[in-house]
Amino acid sequence: MAIRTEVLRSFYQDSVVLMRVASAIRARQGVREAAAFMGTPANQDLLEQNGLATPESRAARPDDLILAVDAADDAVAVEALGAARTLLTERRQAAGTKTRMRPRTLDAGLRALPGANLATISVPGAYAAFEARRALRGGLHVFLFSDNVPVHEEIALKREAVNRGLLCMGPDCGTAYLNGIGLGFANAVPRGRIGCVAASGTGLQAVACRIATLGEGISQGIGVGGRDLSQDVGGIMTLFALQALIAHRSTEAIVVISKPAHPDVLPKIEAALEAAGKPVVVCMLGAKFGGGRAMWVETVDQAADAVVARVSNRSWSPRPFSDPAAIRTALAGIGSGATGKAVLGLYTGGTLAHEAHLILDDLLGPKDTNRILDLGDDAYTVGRPHPMIDPQPRTDLLRKAADDSQIGVLLADLVLGTGSHQNPAEPLAAGFEQARAHAAASGRTLVGVASVVGTSGDGQGFTRQIDRLKSAGFVVLPTNAEAARFAALVANPGLASHLLEDAR
Amino acid sequence: MSCETLFNQPLRVINIGLEGFAEDLEAAGVPVVHLDWRPPAGGDPKMTALLASVEDE
Repeated sequence: MAIRTEVLRSFYQDSVVLMRVASAIRARQGVREAAAFMGTPANQDLLEQNGLATPESRAARPDDLILAVDAADDAVAVEALGAARTLLTERRQAAGTKTRMRPRTLDAGLRALPGANLATISVPGAYAAFEARRALRGGLHVFLFSDNVPVHEEIALKREAVNRGLLCMGPDCGTAYLNGIGLGFANAVPRGRIGCVAASGTGLQAVACRIATLGEGISQGIGVGGRDLSQDVGGIMTLFALQALIAHRSTEAIVVISKPAHPDVLPKIEAALEAAGKPVVVCMLGAKFGGGRAMWVETVDQAADAVVARVSNRSWSPRPFSDPAAIRTALAGIGSGATGKAVLGLYTGGTLAHEAHLILDDLLGPKDTNRILDLGDDAYTVGRPHPMIDPQPRTDLLRKAADDSQIGVLLADLVLGTGSHQNPAEPLAAGFEQARAHAAASGRTLVGVASVVGTSGDGQGFTRQIDRLKSAGFVVLPTNAEAARFAALVANPGLASHLLEDAR
Repeated sequence: MSCETLFNQPLRVINIGLEGFAEDLEAAGVPVVHLDWRPPAGGDPKMTALLASVEDE
């Protein structure tokens, strides 16, 4: 075993680039582990935990790039480090030869792009507030993708934004749609007459895709970050975004997606919705229904279905499955091998994970054996990109699930669109094929249930992604809520009398 | 610039951070300038905070 590190001084690269370099090095023959990190204190801790730290890496500064390799022998380690250096150098040279201008400072950027109106910021959290404040003071609306921004900074940024009449979408804002353009993790959805305010990136993606599937489009989709409706932040940006959509003529109806607002914040939101003068649909996952003129629904797909019905002047009521007959056929094909077994959810979308958790608890009872993991949670993402970009953590967990005799149903989401992995179905499908074969060798059944957030315009190929999941044996449902209900049905077929009543 | 103004203008974006976001916007036809960003103050968060407090004054 040989551990080698190399430090490239003042060589900043973003986390996605570093993930690609580390993956390429890890794939080399004889390399057991590889890391490419900026030398921040958190990353230094990770190197120590993984046994990859050396005196050289410990001396690196936050803007130095650390390459670390654990290989079969020293020659392999040296070669691997050389390959990593070459990849990074070639990348930097390629960037330098592009015609695109790459100013170093915001002021220079503003001179290079007169009339700029938006800053998209995704730098590490420790520096995000600093950059966002500069952007706001430069008169720019802000899309703040970065997480790990202290809450007092979030409050200060949002107050400053509102005082300047600007949006501060985030921190920790995964998705937004402005003027028909998707920001961050976003799907190809048409412009339309439905406005969204979302304290959840995947929630906004899921509702926008469902609205698109139903033939409508998004006027504006404003992300506010997951903490906006907390007691501390007080809904500053939700209220500001609602006012903007209420005033926006092209927005005929509004959808609000979030976790439950803090009880101190909810009355302010309800008052704003009451005065909207437009149809409003609210999905606060896990919240009791509020009062007033707004329509409250339980799941993200219901929010899309309800708002589309409202703008189309159609009546609407929620149903467990859009096609109960197809569900009965799918259940018959699965058999009873997973009956009584536990459900394991491996999710890349936090809101989708939360929604599945609520549905399973409701249908199967809050059992410890059923587990829904949000792999985008901080516990899984320290030092590595979001699982929608880097599918490896989910693949690793899938393999472990194959050894657990209690698990009978695997539930998963697949989120397409910009920002996401270029072919996310492949690692999920391949991992499931292995897990299922492994379980079958022990005489066990592993049923895969999935839903795909995307549209036919997404670069990954919506139909191709679904087909790959199906070819691996997944049952693919039209929405996450239906997938969670189906998983519950597989574990407890007795629920059919309740969930499939319509089909009789 | 108010939201109303923003909603009635084409987006023009300064991207700071993940370069992929700039590439996605360019592919969508949005004018975008990607900053060659480096951590301020050599990446020292304390110095960054000090810099921020100086700018606040």
